[in-house]
Amino acid sequence: MSTVLILADFAGEKATKATVEIATAGAVIGEVTALVLAPVGKGAAYAASINQGPVTKVLVIESDDFTKHGVAACADALAHVIGQTTPSAVLVVSNAFGKEVAGRVAMKLKIGIITDAVDIAPDCSATQLVFGGSTTVHSKVAEGTGIITVRPNTITANFAPASPTIENITAPISDCSKKATITSSQPPVKGGRPELTEANIVVSGGRGTNGDFATVEAFADSLGAAVGASRAATDAGWYPHSHQVGQTGKTVSPQLYVACGISGAIQHRAGMQTSKNIVVVNKDPEAPLFELADFGVVGDLFAVLPPATEGVKARKA
Amino acid sequence: MKIAVCIKQVPDSWAEKKMVGGLLDRANVDAVLNDLDEYAVEEALRIAEAHGGNEEGGANTVTVISMGPERATEAVRKALSMGANDAILISDAVLVGADAVVTAEVLANVIFKGEYDLVICGTESTDARMSVVPAMMSEKLGCAQLTFASKVTVDPGAKKVSITRVTEAGVDEVHGEFPCVISVVEKINEPRYPSFKGIMAAKKKTIDIRDFASTGAEFTKSWSAVIDAAPRPPRAAGVVVTDDGSAGQKLVDFLSEKKLI
Repeated sequence: MSTVLILADFAGEKATKATVEIATAGAVIGEVTALVLAPVGKGAAYAASINQGPVTKVLVIESDDFTKHGVAACADALAHVIGQTTPSAVLVVSNAFGKEVAGRVAMKLKIGIITDAVDIAPDCSATQLVFGGSTTVHSKVAEGTGIITVRPNTITANFAPASPTIENITAPISDCSKKATITSSQPPVKGGRPELTEANIVVSGGRGTNGDFATVEAFADSLGAAVGASRAATDAGWYPHSHQVGQTGKTVSPQLYVACGISGAIQHRAGMQTSKNIVVVNKDPEAPLFELADFGVVGDLFAVLPPATEGVKARKA
Repeated sequence: MKIAVCIKQVPDSWAEKKMVGGLLDRANVDAVLNDLDEYAVEEALRIAEAHGGNEEGGANTVTVISMGPERATEAVRKALSMGANDAILISDAVLVGADAVVTAEVLANVIFKGEYDLVICGTESTDARMSVVPAMMSEKLGCAQLTFASKVTVDPGAKKVSITRVTEAGVDEVHGEFPCVISVVEKINEPRYPSFKGIMAAKKKTIDIRDFASTGAEFTKSWSAVIDAAPRPPRAAGVVVTDDGSAGQKLVDFLSEKKLI
């Protein structure tokens, strides 16, 4: 039976939901082995957090080079394991780290790379949504093992309990991969809200907020949503740039995207067009984003959102 | 310092993009310098200016490097008009449809021969959006990868570079030595507009157009290919209501009906 290697993704010592998603995606091809790259002494804890999803085996490599030298050291380890296990495909989470590791591995092993897949087929081909989600593309690596990065939140994860076998292995890290040194790392500041690219619901504000995001945030909190912003809002300094949704910011595909006071320039649409349900609130009935709306409200967000916030709270109570 | 800036000419963000025969139709759309590469050009110029300038006879040179059709000279010219000294464009029919691995292989070979101290890139192109070429070039060159930088500090005397790396995973302080590959995030700076003088000067600057064979790159074979591509069907038209005081409640009803709350 063919095997699939996934590079487990962690937040702190816990495997992320995106790890379960790539395991789920990989299981359509074959048996899934997860590679865990952990600091010395942490391998068992990291591996133990892989307790959901169709994973049959966990390979653990412990090395402090992963935290000290980052992407390059991790790519060395992943490339080594690919060489040892010759999987049919390698799946990695499509975030900055995952894409860069995949890129280095592809370069090192001269194998094909496909980024930002939203679906994987049993023949290892991948579906991508390109040009701001306006075009669907099916791609495949030419021959042999390919490395595919999978966009978070696009695969419906199979959270069935897993009790994979765990094996500790080692991998050489080259001197070239130790040329960048990380001296300090701070995790992202969490405002108690879910991460933008992983959230099931995203509520975004734009020019129409006029700089006041409190109403947008209150509605987001009632839904347990992440908060996003248009480029106009981040450029104006109204909301942190890290929350920008769009062509030059984050790409999100939540179950529900609520755009408040965002007209919908192509720049923005490129980052949210693949959301499953889209709600648009805008004073301007001509706002282009209404074309994408499953439900649109022509009205002032400051008048529409507060009663909606109360309504959601009442519904949930 | 010898500084290289890698840029790409991409279809204008506003243009409608189409796939023809598995490739993006680049011929029939307006093309511009990739937005995110402007930050790389600006950062290169600022680093040069902070350490003795890049005027003729100055301590530094900033060379623009690109791969693409001959038409990409337009984007290259824009980077030159911002203030880069000269440019290399690798343009060859064998490279049409090159994937990221081939692109990184070709660029890295040109960079290796040019013996640059710093290679500066944007984080991604707005067309392919892969974000992998800087990491791939660093791998090929065997030099430090200092990517997703929101701040770059260069010490030319000690040949050291420090960056602040900003990604979804948090904020890291990363250090390396010359030569290294840097990518810069949007917002690291405010790219300058080319001045009239800059535009006039750029017309006289050299763009060295090279073919594939001259680069010394080993292959042109792409390892990934598009099987098919199709425009996505437009979304079915939704319901739009005008707020008469009850729209907030109607919105809640919609969310409830769709089982989103």
